[in-house]
Amino acid sequence: MEKRATFSSTRIGLLFALPMLVLIFVFFYWPSGQALYWAFTLEQPWGGGNTWVGLQNFRQLLSDPYYWGAISRSMVFGLGSTGIAMGVALLLALFTDREMRGHKAYRSIFIWPYAIAAPALGLAFRFILAPEAGFLSLINQIWPGLWNPALDGTDAMIAVIIAFSWKYIGYNFIFFLSALQSIPRSLIEAAAMDGSGPMRRMWDIQLPLLTPTLFFLLVINITESFQDSFGIVDIMTQGGPARATELMVYKIYFDGFKGLDYSGAAAQSIILMGLVVLLTIVQFRFIERRVHYK
Amino acid sequence: MSSIAIKGVKKAYARNAVVHGVDLEIATGEFIVILGPSGCGKSTLLRMIAGLEEISGGEIWIDGKLVNKMEPRERGCAMVFQNYALYPHMTVAENIGYALKVAGVPKAERAKRVAATAKVVGLEAFLDRRPAALSGGQRQRVAMGRAIVREPKVFLFDEPLSNLDAKLRVAMRAEIRRLHRRLGATSVFVTHDQTEAMTLGDRLVVMNGGRIEQVGTPAEVYNRPATRFVANFVGSPSMNLMEGAIDRHGVFIYDEQRRIPLPGAIDARLVGHKVTLGVRAEAARLVTPGTPGSLPATVDFIEELGAGRVVHTDFDGLSFAVALSGPASFETGDAVGIQIDPADIHLFAADTGKRIDALTSQSLAAASL
Repeated sequence: MEKRATFSSTRIGLLFALPMLVLIFVFFYWPSGQALYWAFTLEQPWGGGNTWVGLQNFRQLLSDPYYWGAISRSMVFGLGSTGIAMGVALLLALFTDREMRGHKAYRSIFIWPYAIAAPALGLAFRFILAPEAGFLSLINQIWPGLWNPALDGTDAMIAVIIAFSWKYIGYNFIFFLSALQSIPRSLIEAAAMDGSGPMRRMWDIQLPLLTPTLFFLLVINITESFQDSFGIVDIMTQGGPARATELMVYKIYFDGFKGLDYSGAAAQSIILMGLVVLLTIVQFRFIERRVHYK
Repeated sequence: MSSIAIKGVKKAYARNAVVHGVDLEIATGEFIVILGPSGCGKSTLLRMIAGLEEISGGEIWIDGKLVNKMEPRERGCAMVFQNYALYPHMTVAENIGYALKVAGVPKAERAKRVAATAKVVGLEAFLDRRPAALSGGQRQRVAMGRAIVREPKVFLFDEPLSNLDAKLRVAMRAEIRRLHRRLGATSVFVTHDQTEAMTLGDRLVVMNGGRIEQVGTPAEVYNRPATRFVANFVGSPSMNLMEGAIDRHGVFIYDEQRRIPLPGAIDARLVGHKVTLGVRAEAARLVTPGTPGSLPATVDFIEELGAGRVVHTDFDGLSFAVALSGPASFETGDAVGIQIDPADIHLFAADTGKRIDALTSQSLAAASL
């Protein structure tokens, strides 16, 4: 029998839950409901007088090559940033777990980037990666014009991927490190006794035992890359140059607030929401159920 | 020719010393058991031999090679861990074969050796299972198999049986002994269980507080404990120990009224010195109260052991255990006499705890009274 405090009256219980319920309703269900409604209607730019159009908004979106462009860019961005953020974090966690010099400092420092708001981060990276004055201006000194995110779409994409990865490295690091440290020390020692060197032990013992964490972070990172990228893109590139960094989430904002196409933007948010929901389902249904090694 | 030589080995974490200069020679093929209470440094010593723990001072030689700076894999030792440390994501066959895989043994030969090893430890039917699907005893066997498949020069056991239930532990003990006879590799076995130590070891090393208290065969350690600590730690029930002093009548005084005669002549310099007197429960006898030369006591409680029983008596506020092999004709509260054969008395210096053997001047000097 699980012991827990229960309220004798349902009313008191509901009262306690009320503030949170109100918050969730006002900031999640209401706007989501609105978006859902708008997605199936045509809204006038200055509001009022919307007409029901069924799936027309979606049909229009899915036949729009620009929208497909945004989807594929989001995929590139998601996979790129997830790959970098997880790869670097894993490497750092493996080193920290081996108690390399300075591991105590890393441990607390690496979580800080996650606490920085995306726009502030974007601004910082705009300066850092500026072609004429940033760290990378040195490259342009040697090969003039090689790096310019304001003109070159690939450079711009690289810049936002770097900025976003930087933020998530710390987050991933904490998960990897705690997963590594939950691997019994004696397993590593047994492998050492079996003649396995540090690199071999990482590959044969630590990485296989990290798979549950690996999958968890994969889903979280991709999901976040769809959502949390807005601030960085907005500050660093505004989706440019020539839509090269126009991700799904940025296109929603741009079409809705700049293009005043509320209905199209609403339909886009529904698609993005569906995608995130899908990833979350994958997370819960398949990954959570995977065998966790005893 | 010794297989392992440990010379003045020390271990300290930061400023905290846990092993203070241990010297030990282990012969090739010998089964050594390091026995001691938890925290005595026995596991640390074993891990230093294995190479899992850095050596803070002194030298360890394995097979004539100084191994202080060597990686575990270069030392040729195999180790069985207390929690087995099986790789949870590998099958039994992969667990056993991992060391061979790392060593680059070809697949066909690997399979052959894994199969042979599985036969030795009785796991042929379980080769495709994961550790999670095995019982405690089977996991223990996998851990053993993993150690023997490499045919190491030295086996190290870090309390491998302490996670098993009592019955399985006895069975595995016999199996380890049998395995050792068959493979003949030098073995170092760490345990806090004295029964395990007595039954397994060719020689015992009793450790306490980071120091070796005694090295000897199980019989030596039991019959002639070198220190008060060993006397107390080895044997079940533990040896009855009483504080007292020696007077010139050649008798040990518990208090002015109660004297226990000592064997042999007493060195004059011992008189007046404080000592601890020890008598094994098995060496004392219970007699009817008032028997000449017996100590009066009352029965406190009786522990039934099936094969025998231990009578705990109250002897002037001190508890004194007597082991009986036959039936007990006493009940709680009965008055009894305790009879002690002077030859069965062990004496230890009260200050250093060291054994005082015959009551001669040599042993006196050794006891540094």
